[in-house]
Amino acid sequence: MLNKLQPALLIAQREIRDQFRDWRIVFPILGLTVFFPFLMNFTAGQILGFVQKYGANIIGERLVPFLLMVVGFFPISVSLVIALETFVGEKERGSIEPLLNTPLKDWQLYLGKLLSATVYPLLSSYLGMGFYLTGLYINHIPLPEASVLILVVVLTTVQALVMVTGAVVVSSQATSVRAANLLASFIIIPIALLIQAESVVMFWGTYESLWWAVFGLSVLGILLARVGLVHFQREELLGREIDVLNVRWMWRVYRRGFTRDEKSFWTWWRNLFPDTFREMKRSILVVTAIMVVAILLGVWETHNYFVVLGQSGLQGMNSQLNSLVKIWPIFSIVPVIAIWWQNIRALLLAFILGTFSFGVLGVMPVMATMFAAGYFFGLLTGNGLPVLGYLAFILPHGIIEIPAAILATAAVVQVGAVLATPIPGKTFGEVWINALAGWSRVMLGIVIPMLLIGACIEAWITPRIALLFFR
Amino acid sequence: MIYTEDLTKHFDDFVAVDGVNLNVSAGEVMVLLGPNGSGKTTTVRMLTSILIPTRGRAEVAGYDVIKHPDKVRASVGVLTEHHGLYNRMNAQEYLMFYGRLYNFEPKEMVSRIDQLLERFELADVRFKRLGEYSKGMRQKLSLIRALLHNPPVLLLDEPTSALDPENARLVRNALHTLRDGNRAILLCTHNLAEAEELADKVAIIRRGHIIFNDTLPNLKFQLLGPKEYEARLANKTDSKMPALPAGVVITSRGENWLRFRIQDAEHTNPHLIQTMLDCQLEVVSFNEVPQSLEEAYLAVNNRVAEQEKASLA
Repeated sequence: MLNKLQPALLIAQREIRDQFRDWRIVFPILGLTVFFPFLMNFTAGQILGFVQKYGANIIGERLVPFLLMVVGFFPISVSLVIALETFVGEKERGSIEPLLNTPLKDWQLYLGKLLSATVYPLLSSYLGMGFYLTGLYINHIPLPEASVLILVVVLTTVQALVMVTGAVVVSSQATSVRAANLLASFIIIPIALLIQAESVVMFWGTYESLWWAVFGLSVLGILLARVGLVHFQREELLGREIDVLNVRWMWRVYRRGFTRDEKSFWTWWRNLFPDTFREMKRSILVVTAIMVVAILLGVWETHNYFVVLGQSGLQGMNSQLNSLVKIWPIFSIVPVIAIWWQNIRALLLAFILGTFSFGVLGVMPVMATMFAAGYFFGLLTGNGLPVLGYLAFILPHGIIEIPAAILATAAVVQVGAVLATPIPGKTFGEVWINALAGWSRVMLGIVIPMLLIGACIEAWITPRIALLFFR
Repeated sequence: MIYTEDLTKHFDDFVAVDGVNLNVSAGEVMVLLGPNGSGKTTTVRMLTSILIPTRGRAEVAGYDVIKHPDKVRASVGVLTEHHGLYNRMNAQEYLMFYGRLYNFEPKEMVSRIDQLLERFELADVRFKRLGEYSKGMRQKLSLIRALLHNPPVLLLDEPTSALDPENARLVRNALHTLRDGNRAILLCTHNLAEAEELADKVAIIRRGHIIFNDTLPNLKFQLLGPKEYEARLANKTDSKMPALPAGVVITSRGENWLRFRIQDAEHTNPHLIQTMLDCQLEVVSFNEVPQSLEEAYLAVNNRVAEQEKASLA
């Protein structure tokens, strides 16, 4: 294994040595490593003195680890610049082709670049934090607890990992450094938002919550590294010279992915079902399992947050159902459209969330819905409502809407899975457009019609069946 | 050593290389000629397994470029269009880096580097930063990089383009030696004199198609016709010419010289000279008129351009 790693280490070693010889990298990193921590020490000392005057010691206590995080973050922001130009910068300088002509394997080259972009800024970050802590010690400012120190170091490390892996993906897919820099905002903006959120958590003092951020960032970093590696192609690096938005090509790829070259609507629709179940088998299973877990968690939560509903509460339900039956007469269109659009909107939200998180966050809306369903099941049955009564609320339309939601969410998970799966000979863009075509096929061909049927049942039939159980 | 069959590469709608068939054996130099953008670099990149062919197949040093890309890359030395040197390294560091990527033993690597630096007259500047190298020095160092692992196949893109005449001669001599070492060499160049000096075979590529692929003498024969010979005479040519042997045509004449196009020179020339002597023509010299590759190259390109124009019309 060490032999296989050797070429990657060679690449990293050469690049790191090169970085140490480039004053444009050395100078800012030195500044951030040496000067900045002293500035933060001074700031911490001043603010601590100020807040102690007014007895707001807690603010000072929270400020010290927060500034540690800031000191650690600044040098790793340089990693973005280094990582962004790893591949595309070498391409522009013409030095990537000789490297691609060597017997290096793709993963060795990729890993070497990844290491070279991470090691230097991360070491500077650790050094900066070391300077900052030393300054605190010398100035007799109390150091944060060891657990907080470890947390901040780990958090900084995973943030660097995410930024570097994201930037290397961008660098390996962009055709010029300029394009890579423009695309960097897709990394900078989410990381900036994340840092703000982490700062808020730090001032609240719920440091343990930040371990969830560490976990989430680790997963994202690993996913980004995998996505970058599976879509890294020597051909892509040298085959494309200019960034041209080829709308015609995009449309053609999308249309082919959507129609699958079927001749008629009928054959397209007939093949849609077996194709969908065959291709999305695993995603469907995963989403179904997540839904079951969410329902069980919801039921479990009734033990923690149980609300006693009086007899009047259940009787109130009877009158509400009666009024619902009156305002939603059979064949009235408005409630159907409202329910239908609400469900579509939730699934669109799942798609948007899933797009930015390789499908991971795409399961959130359906998870939240199922969690709520489980919670209400526990709550209502706990208050004496028969199981059948609760099911009468859910099942008539749920029998259609739940499978539709499973399919739509599985399609989102599939988009993430496809992006993280190697497809030889296909570009990142092509894979993404195909995934989008696959998702819209499922949505337009199966899910949206099912949701319409479900909405009709929910508006016209479910309240009437439920009413039978509340008379 | 280099074999391609129907090698084709599409970039979306653009056909960069279309149905290229090449065959270069060990000890042969094939020169790939063509205007800029004709598909030379794309062909070379497919032969180094960087670009995946859309259609067809290629074998380099006995390895399929799709199935065994690592083995292909280990067997090929490539001189790329851009030198691609790292400016902050010196030549010694640079070559050591590539040597280690090719898994050389350190001892063997040092002696190989010494030998190549000496051969290409860069030994004195081995510790100078590459950023300070002249264009020619960079070109030679790139060539050393391509030769470092002693590959059986060389793919060279304009190896002498940035060199002064002295260094260009040095590189050409090196290429002669490398050919003798039983290597297959594919040379892309615009320098037709160089191509003429080095080529065993010539392939001309235009808009992704190979429009000619044969040995150099055959190329000249097919495009420029049979060889021409010139006789310089001591007396004037207005004296009555005897009946010429079959297969000989006078193409032009001056006061004291004649040019003949001769179909089968080996058999006909002795008869022709004898006939001229019999007629008291005092032959001072009888030489083959050189046919340049440049003429042949331009002829084939013009012919194809006219065909394209005609088919468009």
